[in-house]
Amino acid sequence: MATSDIGDIQVAERALQHHFADMEQQRETSSFGMWMFLLTEIMFFSGLFCAYLVYRASYYHAFVEGSQKMNITLGATNTAVLICSSLTMALGVRAAQMGKPKLMAILLLITILFGFGFLGIKAVEYHEHWVNHEFPGPNFHFETGDPAHPATDAQHTEIYFSLYWAMTGLHALHMVIGIGLVAWLVIAGLMGAYTPHYYNPVENVGLYWHFVDLVWIYLFPMLYLISKKHGG
Amino acid sequence: MATAVQTVERENYLNSNYGIKSWLLTTDHKRIAVLYLISITAMFWLGGFFAMMIRLELLTPAGDLVSSDTYNKLFTMHGIIMVFFFLIPSVPAVLGNFLVPLMVGAKDLAFPRVNLLSWYLYMAGAITALTAMVTGGVDTGWTFYTPFSTTYSNTHVIGAAIGIFIAGFSSILTGLNFIVTIHRMRAPGMTWRRLPLFCWSNYAAAVIMVLGTPVIAITLLLVALERAFNIGVFNPQLGGDPLLFQHLFWFYSHPAVYIMILPGMGVISEIVCCFSRKRAFGYEFIALASIAIAVLGFLVWAHHMFVAGISVYAALVFSLLSYLVAIPSAVKVFNWTATMYKGSISYNTPMLYAFGFIGLFTVGGLTGIFLSSLGLDVHVHDTYFVIAHFHYVMVGGMVMAYMAGLHFWWPKITGKMYPEAWAKLSALLVFVGFNTTFFPLFILGYMGSPRRYHAYPPEFQVLNVLSTAGASILAVGYVLPMIYFVWSLRYGADAGPNPWNAVGLEWMTSSPPPTHNFDETPVVTWEAYDYEHQPQEEITVGH
Repeated sequence: MATSDIGDIQVAERALQHHFADMEQQRETSSFGMWMFLLTEIMFFSGLFCAYLVYRASYYHAFVEGSQKMNITLGATNTAVLICSSLTMALGVRAAQMGKPKLMAILLLITILFGFGFLGIKAVEYHEHWVNHEFPGPNFHFETGDPAHPATDAQHTEIYFSLYWAMTGLHALHMVIGIGLVAWLVIAGLMGAYTPHYYNPVENVGLYWHFVDLVWIYLFPMLYLISKKHGG
Repeated sequence: MATAVQTVERENYLNSNYGIKSWLLTTDHKRIAVLYLISITAMFWLGGFFAMMIRLELLTPAGDLVSSDTYNKLFTMHGIIMVFFFLIPSVPAVLGNFLVPLMVGAKDLAFPRVNLLSWYLYMAGAITALTAMVTGGVDTGWTFYTPFSTTYSNTHVIGAAIGIFIAGFSSILTGLNFIVTIHRMRAPGMTWRRLPLFCWSNYAAAVIMVLGTPVIAITLLLVALERAFNIGVFNPQLGGDPLLFQHLFWFYSHPAVYIMILPGMGVISEIVCCFSRKRAFGYEFIALASIAIAVLGFLVWAHHMFVAGISVYAALVFSLLSYLVAIPSAVKVFNWTATMYKGSISYNTPMLYAFGFIGLFTVGGLTGIFLSSLGLDVHVHDTYFVIAHFHYVMVGGMVMAYMAGLHFWWPKITGKMYPEAWAKLSALLVFVGFNTTFFPLFILGYMGSPRRYHAYPPEFQVLNVLSTAGASILAVGYVLPMIYFVWSLRYGADAGPNPWNAVGLEWMTSSPPPTHNFDETPVVTWEAYDYEHQPQEEITVGH
């Protein structure tokens, strides 16, 4: 018992970088840095959210018609998959805190599986849109399905789909990066890098994972749900 | 015999280890600052070369040196290089990187590896943008206005946009590092009210870097996606709004001018206090003015769009808010002058540059008020008046401050003194050359000469010749320091730890500083700029 504690503290001391006074300062600094980074991520996505707001106000009916083409079942499944992945991620961070590297590795592997599940379902959706010519550009084609608004300009739905591809694409890219980071945690964790005295990387990747999850929690209603019922 | 007399050289960050690998894989903030210094100096000369080509073309009214297409590329590349690859990283990435940890009494920045990553991102961005320039250039102007940039320009817009996108992340990471370092890495006793004003102003700039840069990143990414994959967010053929691009672009690019000027203001605060031997007058006001500029800077972006078709009411509000920026800026100028009042002033090179900064920044700032008034802006919009205003703030202000800071801390960075007489001459040449180059442009612009044309009516020639002549003087003023700084590395006198007899933690360690900055963690028990309690010694260098 005592020897394992000493071992943990030795791992922690190896992890203390030379320019920090102690582990406490290092932990708080690294977590502060991660929150600052997430702030920049919010600003990064905010440009797209701003464009969405402007165009939704200008071309409301086109946005309603565009969102009719979304597959709500797949979208909702994906939302559930991501929420579950956040749960296993949070449990993984807790396992790291409690000094259970094997449990952490298992939980993070499940998180990775959920991540791939999300990307797989997203790929099915992308494929559907692609074969239906719902990708902006010369091959874009959109039949207006709303007789009440025959004047709805198909070009304006192209803006909707531009935003859809840009926003979900950027989100998917963040997922790919997240999966890579979690995989790195699994390997490092199994090699004994983390102890109850030192688990900043696990905590920080966890924060990142939750952030990416949260972006989807906004994207899903904005792109799939928000205009569904009041289209007329 | 000779070897016996030679003293053992003290270990410092330059001689602690050698070889190219020890530099390219370093995580020492001081070495990374030197890497940045070399990189941005190269970019400065490249951007300066494009500027010289522009001035040479404008020597005669006819467009005879370069074609109008080439001219478009010249001013675009001058703008992109100078704004994104020189001015934005200049003081923060070179002087800030070197000094912020020293000034707060830390061993390094909070995230040393992230700091190194930021340099690699800068280089990757610079190489991407340069590749786009070498393989054909870009002609959109540094502002990338849509739909020209997304649809009509046949030049390498994607490469340039991606280059700026990548370099943007280097700026974000530098800003993030500064904020976290200043919050969490201060030495015992270094309270916020004792923090050097250089740190305050870099902190304010870092806030803008962290909050603003991601927005330009996504905006330029959308431009690139629109060209590459027809993601038509700004495409007017689909009903997309080019004005939205301008809003998003200026939401970053206006605050970006405060990223550029704020760290320069920090440099001036340090130098004015040191060479007046006085505590900063109204320290709290100077510090908080930096924060006020950062906050207000986010609320004024649409003053770039007064004639672009925004509503009159929006324009009124943005005009009023733009006036407000003058208040914290003026607070700083008045406080610097009040600091000098009854100080014992010595006229060393950094102080000469600082004088230049205060005068030229004031002219640049006041003409900014002209431009933010709605009626006058319609008249001088897109004329040389805007060019002159911008260069008074950026070259007359920012580059002056950068040169001032480089001279002030050169002894700390290298441990060597530069030749004072030559340095004073260069400061004089830069001041004279700068005014000769850019003052005529105010007059040209007011008479209605539009920018971005390679030919002009013959009656404008005298002022243009004057400007080109001034640019040559300015070039000599910049070449001189280049030569004597390199010369000083080998032949310069040893500087000693504190050649200016200045206060501040960075002067309490040896020059060049050891790798870990301080032999033991300093404990601060005195106020910033405590010159009253400093023994009044003559500044002994430069004779």
